Amino acid sequence: MPHIPLQEHLPGITGLLEYRQDTAEPIRELTQVLLKGPSTLTEGERELIATIVCYGNECNFCNAAHTAAADILLGEHETSAKMKQDIETTPVSEKMKALLTIAAQVRESGKSVTTASVERAKAAGATDIEIHDTVLIAALFCLYNRYVDGLATVVPADQGFYMSLAEKIRDQGYVRTPGWYDKLKK
Amino acid sequence: MAHIKLEEGVPGIRGPMLFSPETTRPMSEFVEILLRDDNNTLTRGERELIGTYVSSLNDCFFCQNVHGAIAAHYMQCDMAYIDAVKLDPLNTPISDKMKALLAIAGSVQKGGKNVTTEQVEHAKSLGATDKEIHDTVLIAAAFCMFNRYVDGLATWAPQDRQFYLERAARRAEEGYIEYDLRK
Repeated sequence: MPHIPLQEHLPGITGLLEYRQDTAEPIRELTQVLLKGPSTLTEGERELIATIVCYGNECNFCNAAHTAAADILLGEHETSAKMKQDIETTPVSEKMKALLTIAAQVRESGKSVTTASVERAKAAGATDIEIHDTVLIAALFCLYNRYVDGLATVVPADQGFYMSLAEKIRDQGYVRTPGWYDKLKK
Repeated sequence: MAHIKLEEGVPGIRGPMLFSPETTRPMSEFVEILLRDDNNTLTRGERELIGTYVSSLNDCFFCQNVHGAIAAHYMQCDMAYIDAVKLDPLNTPISDKMKALLAIAGSVQKGGKNVTTEQVEHAKSLGATDKEIHDTVLIAAAFCMFNRYVDGLATWAPQDRQFYLERAARRAEEGYIEYDLRK
């Protein structure tokens, strides 16, 4: 049971973002810019960066949601599954391996990011903007994971919920969509 | 040296903020509402103290000194007092409710799952409202983001703590949105 009263039909982050909408709005916007805005990283790549952090933080709701989002954007399930086992053998570019490694380090602590891992990313062609965005996406999901689990929000067992959320992320992004929430009441 | 090319002489989070204005806008709005909006039963000083405590646990020198100095400004205390709270909040003369909220914030810093029902019930028994508990968790989570943003890019932090004290009053007055990042 959540530590504070949240609307029962809104699990995970969804209930929290409705609980306090004034703080939710800029967080949504920040997420929209980072994960859906113009970028030289694809939306699928950015969802993988989010997912490696959610997985490492053992946030079940966020991990399921962003794994589904990454999978739907990439059109397959293998990459996200392999990434969680071992970044180095994941079928992604050398640049993405380096960025995922940086994200995993940020998850531990900002201080865990090494010059060597940043240099590796740069040698593989990562731009300063891509490195900046990787660090900020990873940091943002350290916020989300703690927000979701720190208030003990509900984690749906039905995989269909996360598929539906992933479609919403793909089609409508991270902006507030009241109609989508109303559908959950049924 | 910072991991990416940031404007020289711009301390801490301000470097990446200048680097990425698109993300800075919502981030600044977020922190303004969270820490400074007066429609909140936690004082600005209490909210800054939560941010300071988490930044200290994350060992983020820049954030704990910026927000520690701002907390000291609002609370009209000196940095020795703030330092004592960071080291051992239970043995300082803050309210029992604040001690309970800082304990929750400390658990959030370790990971969301570390927050226990007992901690939350204890805070509620001392008068903490649901919104105060929500805000405590969100402030703590937010600083886990900011601290990682600042240190994950290896930004520059002035080591003289006086630097932060001198700027605190201005930040308290101007807020987190409308100000010159280079001043």
